[in-house]
Amino acid sequence: MDQETKREIIMENYMHPVNRRRSDDSYHKTNTANSSCIDNIDIYVKFKNDVIDDITFEGEACAISISATSIMINNLIGKTKDEALKYIKEFYNMTDGKEYDGELLQEGIVYEDIYKQGNRKTCATLPFRGIEKAILESLK
Amino acid sequence: MNREDFPLLKQDIIYLDNSATSLKPQCVIDAMNDYYTNYSANAHRGDYDLSFKVDQAYENTRELVKDFINAKYLEEIVFTAGATEGLNWIVKGFFENYLEKGDEVLITTSEHASNVLPWFNLVKKLGIVVNYIPLDDNHYVIIENVKKAITPNTKVISLAGVTNVIGDARPIKEITKYAHDNNIFVVLDGAQMVPHVKTDVQDLDVDFLAFSGHKMCGPTGVGVLYGKRELLEHLEPINLGGGMNESFDNPDETYYKPLPTRLEAGTQNIAGVIGLGAAIQYINSVGYEKIEEQEKKLRKYLIDKLIPISHIDIINIESDSGIVAFNVDKIFSQDVAYFLNKYNICVRAGNHCAKILKSSVGVTNTVRVSLYFYNTYEEIDSLVELLSDYDKIVKEMI
Repeated sequence: MDQETKREIIMENYMHPVNRRRSDDSYHKTNTANSSCIDNIDIYVKFKNDVIDDITFEGEACAISISATSIMINNLIGKTKDEALKYIKEFYNMTDGKEYDGELLQEGIVYEDIYKQGNRKTCATLPFRGIEKAILESLK
Repeated sequence: MNREDFPLLKQDIIYLDNSATSLKPQCVIDAMNDYYTNYSANAHRGDYDLSFKVDQAYENTRELVKDFINAKYLEEIVFTAGATEGLNWIVKGFFENYLEKGDEVLITTSEHASNVLPWFNLVKKLGIVVNYIPLDDNHYVIIENVKKAITPNTKVISLAGVTNVIGDARPIKEITKYAHDNNIFVVLDGAQMVPHVKTDVQDLDVDFLAFSGHKMCGPTGVGVLYGKRELLEHLEPINLGGGMNESFDNPDETYYKPLPTRLEAGTQNIAGVIGLGAAIQYINSVGYEKIEEQEKKLRKYLIDKLIPISHIDIINIESDSGIVAFNVDKIFSQDVAYFLNKYNICVRAGNHCAKILKSSVGVTNTVRVSLYFYNTYEEIDSLVELLSDYDKIVKEMI
């Protein structure tokens, strides 16, 4: 994917993120924040048995965090918990600069160069750390 | 001015985050290096020449601090790790033993976390009450509002001399006079004040003061706690251990040394204290008058250039310090900071540790530019040129 396309996808997801709204108590709520900056969002996730039925979010964060949240929501809704955890693992591999499954990540690869910017890596992984926590808690 | 004194400025960097920490002049670095290289023994172990030299250097800084803030007695100067530690010791070591349930402490919503959380802790521990002096429309503290906020239960007023988000200076001398007439203690958080404005503790008549070395050209990890001697005598040491005790045969026969040593347990940050001494000498050599004047000129220059830019919303058009807080229309402050970083410009984004201010100002986060005397008009030109191009910010912020 060329740089300009990546930029467009990120900006589109930042300016018009999907599902930016608070959800009711039928959702599992989890907060995710970066200690080194001011990104702070709440993620609401609804499970239907083993499947992620819906995800919404609200909060304040930078363009990278907001767009990553939107992209994450697009990619994880409909996946089973195991599939979602696999996706998250591949996403971390990518942001750590390791080998990763680009096909699985789909448009998540717009952040493939972010490992080069240490101070923005945590922005991209912010929503994933949140949903990972929610999934792991639901499996307990 | 004085840019040649700061080795970091040889790099291609525009440093505008001086409220977070200031740069260090070569003389401070040299003083610390000299200690580590040539006489890195412990202090207060005067059995040999090398250690005696350490004692002299360490205590020399205490003398320098005393004169710097015009304290009356040398033993009123205690070295800490920084303003945060100083404020915590004041609250925990003194006020926790003095305040009772229902007593009131007055702060404001624009205080730094270090002047909020220690008090909140006493709310939980003792059942004291923390109330807020209302800020005026410019987010300033005015004496009339202080008077109105005081009740018969008010025991302490704890304020920053200059705040770290708005940069407003408080009328501390007036507040202290009125407070003392009503038997109220005044604690001054000097973290953002001492680096920029001459602070005379006798003239201000504050009861306690805390400040850090690293915001005033000194090293990190060192600061000063000042307290009036008769009050400091009652400040219970938080750290107990070596150096501060006279003798300890058993729990009932434990004796501490007199001030200030009693409050300096364990091996101190000797290099830091020596570096702080060098920083004070440096600030004295530059001169507060020049520092203040230069900051004011630079700030006015920046404000005059930012006002006409329609997509910039300045939070504090008026201010007494070198701080300018603003937002770029519809762009998260962190993204503005990342954008400027691409051009080697260092600014801060966030709530600047004053998390309860948002209720007063109405915005959660801002971009903060904080100037010091070594910044230049050319640096401001570079900043303004970038900020004036909205499309460029949007295009390059990710």
